[in-house]
Amino acid sequence: MTSVLRDIYNNVFEFVRTFGAFQLFFLRLVRHSPRMLLRRPGLVIKQVYNTGALSLVIIMVCGFFVGGVLALQGYANLARFNAEDSVGTVVALALIKELGPVITALLFAGRAGTALSSEIGLMKATDQLSAMEMMAVNPVRRVLVPRFVGGVISMPLLVAVFTCIGLFGADVVAVYLLSVDVGAFWQQMQLSVDIKDIQEGIFKSIVFGIVASLLAVWEGYNAIPTAEGVGRATTRTVVITAIAVLILDFMITAVML
Amino acid sequence: MEADSENLIEIRDLMYSRGARVIFKGLNLTIKRGEVTAFMGPSGTGKTTLLRLITRQLIPQQGAIYVNGVDIATLNQRKLYELRQRFGMLFQNGALLTDLNVFENVAFPLREHTKLTNRLIRHVVLTKLHAVGLRGAADMSPTELSGGMARRVALARAMVMDPDILIYDEPFVGLDPISMGVIVRLVRRMNDALGITSIVVSHDVAEVSTVADRSYLISDGKVAASGSPDELQAANSELVRQFMHGMADGPVAFHFDAPDYAEQLLGRDSE
Ligand SMILES: Nc1ncnc2c1ncn2[C@@H]1O[C@H](COP(=O)(O)OP(=O)(O)OP(=O)(O)O)[C@@H](O)[C@H]1O
Ligand SMILES: [Mg+2]
Repeated sequence: MTSVLRDIYNNVFEFVRTFGAFQLFFLRLVRHSPRMLLRRPGLVIKQVYNTGALSLVIIMVCGFFVGGVLALQGYANLARFNAEDSVGTVVALALIKELGPVITALLFAGRAGTALSSEIGLMKATDQLSAMEMMAVNPVRRVLVPRFVGGVISMPLLVAVFTCIGLFGADVVAVYLLSVDVGAFWQQMQLSVDIKDIQEGIFKSIVFGIVASLLAVWEGYNAIPTAEGVGRATTRTVVITAIAVLILDFMITAVML
Repeated sequence: MEADSENLIEIRDLMYSRGARVIFKGLNLTIKRGEVTAFMGPSGTGKTTLLRLITRQLIPQQGAIYVNGVDIATLNQRKLYELRQRFGMLFQNGALLTDLNVFENVAFPLREHTKLTNRLIRHVVLTKLHAVGLRGAADMSPTELSGGMARRVALARAMVMDPDILIYDEPFVGLDPISMGVIVRLVRRMNDALGITSIVVSHDVAEVSTVADRSYLISDGKVAASGSPDELQAANSELVRQFMHGMADGPVAFHFDAPDYAEQLLGRDSE
């Protein structure tokens, strides 16, 4: 009986401790971020390239097909009410407010987040972080901060690309495949999408960018420095990011309604 | 700092354990300014751990380590980094940064800590790479190097800031006889010409004899013997003889702590 209590106590203690360490870690990254951007923009730009530019292809392909399938589904359902012309509105709202930020964040976790975690974990396993420490260079500042900032910058840009390509995909499907009137498609969309909707999407993309980059960097930095530990950290990055993004998405939407 | 004291590093009553495993139990040793000091000892006795303690990558549970008379456990991060700029360390596996090429790896400390012009950096880096015979590999990625080459690049990187203290973890492993000779002479020459203090970890009794002024044989968490290479060669303690002459039988166990061999093979676990 007491051993069960002790286990519970230990687990709760461990959880609180990890969570506290996580918050401190976040603050540490944020504290160094502005200076990194001002003094070593080159390091950040390199990471924007690594996390952002290298994710473009997968983001664009997925965006196109998500937009296309939304148009198909939207058309099939709206046709029952003779409201096919509103398909542009439905697709745009879904993409801008929800699917753009959420799917991009999930893809980001799979493509860029895993790359970050495994890279940092491997640097730890091969003593590269210790070597930096020994050269009086703070690895948090030199390695983690640029990667974090790079991810935070990339995410909103990727979301924007995803959403635009998605709209294009919807346009192709609706106008060319299902012969919705092209004028109606875009005009309906323009009339019903509010600046508030776009703000919501941008806000989400910023939050997801911070969360996904933070988790990727955290998991890599705290990986057990072995091949197996790095592998496990990489998996955890995807799983935890996905869960965090979906929960946060629900919470943000609920608050913003 | 108190540059007049001839002891650069002093370790007093060092205790350190990892989990339940006690690695050092009351280790005392002194490293003299301007000398080449060697740490020898069986694999797994904690030589790498000792280097990490001296550079405060790890903190001892008990005892103290003084560098220039200052207990390094009391330094704050800024002071620690100032101290570390005077250290150059060669890691056992090189630990080159894999996202930079060889040239940038060697240039890394200069770019982080100095405002030298690109031309000057180029000059310094190429000089150091030339000294280890790898000027031609400047544009290669660390992943394209062999283990021995990576170690030599790491050596160039360790020297690039002209440190006062150079620490080498197993510098002679995996080098062919020619590079070995060059590196051994390089270690010695830098020490004498530049007034550097060097710490070398090595199993290689012969090479240590040629390069070291003083050796410490570390075994079982303590200094088992110390002295000049000649003194150690001549020592008649059983342990020293065993290590210096590479005999399997003696006080140093070749085997890591393990249950009884026969019992384990017969599957009679103690559980
Ligand atoms: N990260 C770690 N966690 C737990 N134990 C460790 C860790 N690193 C080393 N050890 C233990 O500490 C002891 C000393 O390790 P260390 O690497 O210092 O040995 P060494 O003398 O450098 O050996 P070698 O000559 O093989 O390099 C070993 O017995 C090892 O089991
Ligand atoms: Mg070692």
